[in-house]
Amino acid sequence: MPSETDDAFVRSPWMAFLMSISVATMYRGCWQWMLLVCLLSFPLFAAAQSESATGQSARLSDGAAQSLLTRLAEARNPAKPAVIDEIAMSGDARARGWLEAFSASKLARLKDAERFLIIDNNRGREWAVSDALSGESAGKVSRRDLKTLRSNNSLRGHIDGVLSMIDLSSPDAEVRLAAARGLRGSVDEAMAERLPSLIEQEGDDAIRATLKEALAIQQLEANGDPAALDTLSGSLNAAAIAAINGAAVSDDPQLAQAAKVALAGIEQKLQLNSGLETLYFGLSLGSVLVLAAIGLAITFGVMGVINMAHGELIMLGAYTTWGMQQLLPGQPGLALLLSIPAGFLVAAAVGVIIERSVIQHLKGRPLETLLATFGISLILQQLVRTTISPLNRIVVTPEWMSGSLMINEALSLTLNRLYIIGFALFVFAGLMLIMRRTRLGLEVRAVTQNRAMARSMGIKATRVDIMTFALGSGVAGLAGVALSQITNVGPNLGQNYIIDSFMVVVFGGVGNLWGTLVAGMSLGLLNQFLEPWAGAVLAKIVVLVFIILFIQKRPRGLFPQKGRAAEG
Amino acid sequence: MPDSRSWLARPFTERSTQIFLAVLTLSVLAITLLHVLLPEGHPLHVSTFTVTLLGKYLCYALLAVAVDLVWGYLGILSLGHGAFFALGGYAMGMYLMREIGDRGVYGNPELPDFMVFLNWQELPWFWQGFDMPAFAFLMVLLAPGLLALVFGFLAFRSRVTGVYLSIITQALTFALMLAFFRNEMGFGGNNGLTDFKDILGFDLRTDAVRIALFIASGVALGLGYLLCRGIVGSKLGRLSIACRDAEARTRFLGYRVERVQLFIFVVSAMLAGVAGALYVPQVGIINPGEFSPLFSIEVVVWVALGGRATLYGAVLGALIVNYAKTVFTGIMPDAWLFALGGLFVLVTVLLPKGIAGLFAQRGWGRRSQSSAAKTESASGSRPIEEATA
Amino acid sequence: MSLLKEMATRDRVFDFLTPRTSPVDVTHGPILYLEDVSVSFDGFKAINDLNLTIDDGELRCIIGPNGAGKTTMMDIITGKTRPDSGSVWFGSRHDLLRMSEPEIATLGIGRKFQKPTVFEALSVFENLELAMATDKRIFPTLAARMSGETRARIEEVLETIHLKEWHAREAGILSHGQKQWLEIGMLLMQKPRLLLVDEPVAGMTEQEMERTAELLTSLAGRQSVVVVEHDMGFVRSIARKVTVLHQGAVLAEGSMDAVSSDPKVVEVYLGESDG
Repeated sequence: MPSETDDAFVRSPWMAFLMSISVATMYRGCWQWMLLVCLLSFPLFAAAQSESATGQSARLSDGAAQSLLTRLAEARNPAKPAVIDEIAMSGDARARGWLEAFSASKLARLKDAERFLIIDNNRGREWAVSDALSGESAGKVSRRDLKTLRSNNSLRGHIDGVLSMIDLSSPDAEVRLAAARGLRGSVDEAMAERLPSLIEQEGDDAIRATLKEALAIQQLEANGDPAALDTLSGSLNAAAIAAINGAAVSDDPQLAQAAKVALAGIEQKLQLNSGLETLYFGLSLGSVLVLAAIGLAITFGVMGVINMAHGELIMLGAYTTWGMQQLLPGQPGLALLLSIPAGFLVAAAVGVIIERSVIQHLKGRPLETLLATFGISLILQQLVRTTISPLNRIVVTPEWMSGSLMINEALSLTLNRLYIIGFALFVFAGLMLIMRRTRLGLEVRAVTQNRAMARSMGIKATRVDIMTFALGSGVAGLAGVALSQITNVGPNLGQNYIIDSFMVVVFGGVGNLWGTLVAGMSLGLLNQFLEPWAGAVLAKIVVLVFIILFIQKRPRGLFPQKGRAAEG
Repeated sequence: MPDSRSWLARPFTERSTQIFLAVLTLSVLAITLLHVLLPEGHPLHVSTFTVTLLGKYLCYALLAVAVDLVWGYLGILSLGHGAFFALGGYAMGMYLMREIGDRGVYGNPELPDFMVFLNWQELPWFWQGFDMPAFAFLMVLLAPGLLALVFGFLAFRSRVTGVYLSIITQALTFALMLAFFRNEMGFGGNNGLTDFKDILGFDLRTDAVRIALFIASGVALGLGYLLCRGIVGSKLGRLSIACRDAEARTRFLGYRVERVQLFIFVVSAMLAGVAGALYVPQVGIINPGEFSPLFSIEVVVWVALGGRATLYGAVLGALIVNYAKTVFTGIMPDAWLFALGGLFVLVTVLLPKGIAGLFAQRGWGRRSQSSAAKTESASGSRPIEEATA
Repeated sequence: MSLLKEMATRDRVFDFLTPRTSPVDVTHGPILYLEDVSVSFDGFKAINDLNLTIDDGELRCIIGPNGAGKTTMMDIITGKTRPDSGSVWFGSRHDLLRMSEPEIATLGIGRKFQKPTVFEALSVFENLELAMATDKRIFPTLAARMSGETRARIEEVLETIHLKEWHAREAGILSHGQKQWLEIGMLLMQKPRLLLVDEPVAGMTEQEMERTAELLTSLAGRQSVVVVEHDMGFVRSIARKVTVLHQGAVLAEGSMDAVSSDPKVVEVYLGESDG
């Protein structure tokens, strides 16, 4: 993952956030949230734009390359490492491809001919190949006509090392760092001799430290060097820990003692990291819960409407993402970004239809509303099953969202979850803004508190109902877009979240967006911290039982609405 | 109108109850006779399959009566009655598992097959005693009753009512479903309990036992109906309507509303347990799916369709919806959820008093008309604030 | 006054029809005693250091502008709202703050709500039946049978509240005024020692109002009655002693004439009408 992307991620939500504030204060009326939703996509756009480019230089003539490869094919095994070194040192951009193919036993020679081929696909009888020199596809060749160059483990090890060395002289710091990381645990004696000079030449501190570690691992393993142990003592790298473990059982009592001390320190660090990891998972689960519940917090909490079809609105958001990716094949990132406004609009539109066709007729009858909207949820589920498919759909995760952000050797944060945490907070902030700072929010609060009074002051209560419901439903759609990145997109998607969502809203205190945020996050954390003890299912049960008991103790949740009106 | 008869004797004097019991008895008798007397292949012959299916419907009807008792007369919309039904079913299932004895696949006389499969060495403590039918049948009542008692005690004491209660009852059954899915719980996990052989020493696969179970379900429904009529016709029944419509007023009259709610909730849970217990030997399996929130909420729509606070409406609704389900899933399975979903919407929006309300409009019993009319305003219109207070 | 008190005491001791009437100890004076009671909702002080004493057998009217804390005071007495501080005693033996609503009701405090609250799905007769002072536990209620005595008592009250010909009708179809009467009837069935009556004549015709005044004054003496009312004419027609509440505390207390000439009261009411 190029570092620019991370920066873009950190910066652009704030940009968009600030912009949304100004936009929200500039415009009045119903368009504000539409704009906000469009703005949600900005950080992601920015992230998608940045891609890193890498370049290479130098090229052997085809004749020279042909002769090198021929020597590689014809040399006896003990002589091969020298040829490998020679290929590596050539500086040719294709060298890496040849060596990798050789290492994977995918470099072959056409029988009775000189031509070298790289096997792209070795399934079936006809293998797809491409020319090793030109890199162009050479169609399909019967496997009987191919003579694969055999490599062995020791050659593979040598190639790994050599390739790392090639990368270590790359002008791209990212490539050098990755190579240095790969070296740890695979440095052999020959390499160990060349490393010190490379370390000296290296300008980047992080890479230098990694190289030093790689060298120290070799020295600790080979020579039991106490100085090397010192270098490694704080490391969380698996190879380094293995080396220290080895030293801890060495014959040298002094070294063994020092290694044990180092291990204890590492153990502590690992525990801290695993704690942080659980925290991260908890926050990420919490964000999912907040996203799923926050729309409900509006329709249930603010309007008092029990919408059991809320989960299906989430599902529709997720399917919108899928549909968008079908419309824009090959551009999963763009499709995902477009799904943010699209998912909002689709869910909001369906929400408005539900409100107009059913809920408005059941005003003031919460239990009936609950039943009717449950019926709607069944219909929507079945609609998706019949019209699309009862099976799960695959939603592609764009490249800039996959992978992970490495904090240290033992802790890396998966990017998609990081994005979702950010997205959840962003949606939350947007909603807060709408409820607190806009005309719509004011009207919603007025209608909630005293419908008759609000109407008499000229507020169109029906319009406010529609807008509020559309907003809550739209946010469910946004949740669906986010969920499509981390869970299966199928007709049952919504069902899996509806009970959780209600629990979050009830736990947080109805009618309180902050309560929803705190409740969602704390339930996510609680769940994740319980999981290692109890297992996933039991943790979930414990959380449910906890909420059931909590509601008995505080029927109005964490942050109850106060005041005489609430006394009922 | 209150009278001087005892609460259990009173239902027999009610016209609606007399009609209900007569219709139930005659139908059960007729079906039994049509099955036994007519030869197979006769156009009016009722097959064993149909008898079992009808027996299943009767169990559902009893469950619906239980839900109507708490929803119609107490205003508590339980979305978790399936849990009580399933617990009763599991209690029965455990007895049936123990009845298998050493005839299981693994031939272990003590342990059910799934425990042997999981390498369990001995019977867990909570499986003890289920080899005795009397104990098992007692647990059919006690297990759901106890759960309802504990849950209800906590909920009603802190005055959790209205939609909040509905939501947490749903969470309750959901949590139980997750729990019963776990193999470690000792209830057969995903597969549940099945492959039953005997009940009380009689082979479950024989016609006679199937008919007996069908009749037992009919009798249970009749008795359950009588019990509920007895309660709702008594002063306690009027008190529960009072709790439903004006909780605070009732409290200021000196009644402990939470105890009324608890009592009726527990009675209802036990009835649901009995329904589950009779259901299991007829369908031959009990698994965690019965705990699913969908099932519980489906029961509510049976009651809503039939007509709340009438009891006979609940029976009617359960029979109609389940018959429709059988027909639909047979000819076009895809359409069933559309139909069910549509039913939820149509009943709540267009038919708030249910089918019984239609009867009432034609002057079929003045009393039920007015009480059904009130039900609508009473159990539905309670605003959220009040429901939480 | 002391004679009245004695009569009330005798009434309690010798009335065999109401064995469950609570042993409220009024030998030391007042039947209801509020001291330094305060309660606030979200920072708003609804009741602010309220002190109030009701004597046994007294008929007391409580007036005050909107938001003066009248209903909140009733909520506190009946156990619906718990005050932040202060004490509330019923007689000299019962600390009301440690009791639940049903306990307080059973002890002998009846309450009529501001908005008439009856069981609309039940008949008038059944409403009264539920209200009757009797064993109110679950199983006795389940097994309860209608006895001749009970029927007679209900019919007596039906007579008093002029709803005899309505007894089989559902309470939901009654007029607003009739519901008020039914609720008062339910209070009578409870045989309380203390009646808290919140706006009893709202929605009543002139004639109904007169009857209500008659009824309430006839109750006083045997029972203590606290009436909260806005209708000054009505208050004047029944009041012996009036308490004016303002901003959660007692502003003035005394006879109707004394109170209505109190400059503080005049200011509050005029200020109120101005606003």
